Amino acid sequence: MDDKIPKCNVNSDISNSIPIGPQHPALLEPEYFNIRLDGETIIDADINVGYLHRGIEAALEKKDYVQSVFLTERICGICSSHHTIAYCGAIELLHGAEIPMRAKYIRTIIAELERIHSHMLWLGVVGYEIGLDTLFQLVWRDREHVMDLLEKISGNRVNYAMNKIGGVRRDLDPKILSEISKTMDIIKKQVIHYIDIVSKDNIVILRTKDIGILSKEDAKKYSAVGPVARASGIKYDVRDTGYEAYKYIRFDVITETKGDVFSKVVVRAKELIVSSDIVKHCVKHIPKGDIYIKLPLIVPSGEVVTRVEAPRGELIYYVKSDGTNKPARVKIRTPTYANLLSVKTMLIGHDLADVPVIVVGALDPCFACTDRVTILKQTGNEILDASNLRSIADKKYN
Amino acid sequence: MIKTALFRIKDKILNIARKKSPWVLHYECGGCNGCSIETFACLSPRYDVERFGMQEKGNPRHSDVFAIAGTVTAKNKDVVDLIYHQMSKPKVVVAIGACAISKGIFHDAYNSVGPVDKIIPVDIYVPGCPPKPEAIMDGIIKAIELLETN
Repeated sequence: MDDKIPKCNVNSDISNSIPIGPQHPALLEPEYFNIRLDGETIIDADINVGYLHRGIEAALEKKDYVQSVFLTERICGICSSHHTIAYCGAIELLHGAEIPMRAKYIRTIIAELERIHSHMLWLGVVGYEIGLDTLFQLVWRDREHVMDLLEKISGNRVNYAMNKIGGVRRDLDPKILSEISKTMDIIKKQVIHYIDIVSKDNIVILRTKDIGILSKEDAKKYSAVGPVARASGIKYDVRDTGYEAYKYIRFDVITETKGDVFSKVVVRAKELIVSSDIVKHCVKHIPKGDIYIKLPLIVPSGEVVTRVEAPRGELIYYVKSDGTNKPARVKIRTPTYANLLSVKTMLIGHDLADVPVIVVGALDPCFACTDRVTILKQTGNEILDASNLRSIADKKYN
Repeated sequence: MIKTALFRIKDKILNIARKKSPWVLHYECGGCNGCSIETFACLSPRYDVERFGMQEKGNPRHSDVFAIAGTVTAKNKDVVDLIYHQMSKPKVVVAIGACAISKGIFHDAYNSVGPVDKIIPVDIYVPGCPPKPEAIMDGIIKAIELLETN
């Protein structure tokens, strides 16, 4: 019977283009997607970012090293601590100094607390996007425990200013350490409950399984990093390189094989458990001693690269010093910048309704970090390739 | 005479309705996202902004309160202006965070063209980097009072 019903043939010559953004209910940050549709199916996507480009790399060159730490913290509000760990680490590397062990452990605790609050924020937003508001409310209720801890430690909920060049700014007393350990037990218990919800709930399964598949080959081709790569089966975690206190901690790197949005949800949810275990280990084994060493304001000349694993993936800092108290050049490669290339592959072939799920759910984007070059007052669109960018850089720095 | 009196009564009733259920439009126009996170934390069960009848809506034409965070970047200047003019009257603008008030830490970044009140008129300022959810809620409640007097 079904075969006799004439099927609606969509003429592929007629395609609609739907603009999404810069201001859109599904997007938390301004970005612009021009999506071309054949019926309901996405056939092409054009991504236009740059709405949050402020010119931080240029502004960093005007500030001295102490001031610039505060500016790097405000590149992104969600992974602010990781930015300062990478930047302070680069300057300490230029000095050739090693920070005290206690400072390393405190940095690790704050970084992992931040990963927990970032992943929980993302899990809630995914629930909001797929129409499961219960998950959003549940996760954001428990996220407040971590926010309370961060406020008790540092006095601020989002930009904590914990790291400074040569160590950390505030010590953790035994009372707050025991509180951190207790909160981690609560978080772990709740996260196991969320994993139970996520793996059984029909809404989550229908909206995320087989949606936005990124194969292992494509993930390698577009050089995806962080949870996006790990969900596609690439075992790549910068924490393995053993910066800060990760050298002394044994932890699992969570990977999944399928690469769809569901496996990304599973990877990030399981990473919450790993992070809470790391925090508990750090709290148990934190050594006594100083929390910072004094370093001179003049930084010796040279150039270094540091890498850290931010909640969204690998974050790279390149710092060049010319022997003064101001950095000569700071280049920042943020994780979303690397992951953004794979979005088009994930979008094509899916329905229009899957766009927010793929963009927010798969990528966990942070455009405040990402936005780089903007060209204004140009007629038409200009696409800069590597050689154009190199000539601009040469003009500026030679 | 009767007509004008009727219009006045209609306005009063509309104002009561507006005060009971203001819809908030949130836009991040060039900050670090910290203020956006805290604005969204207002929706969570701890703060539960919906008990004041507020809802976060993504449509400018349905919204009464424009909660705007971050310093305005050059690319976002026209977008902010457009969103403001798409909102129907009466409308109130709440600038959230140090960047929205005075450019904040990005005062010498080349691509930030100005604080929000340089682009559109601002009624309420919520200071902080970022302000706590309680402060943001307080700002929006003050905005609702302003909505009533308009």
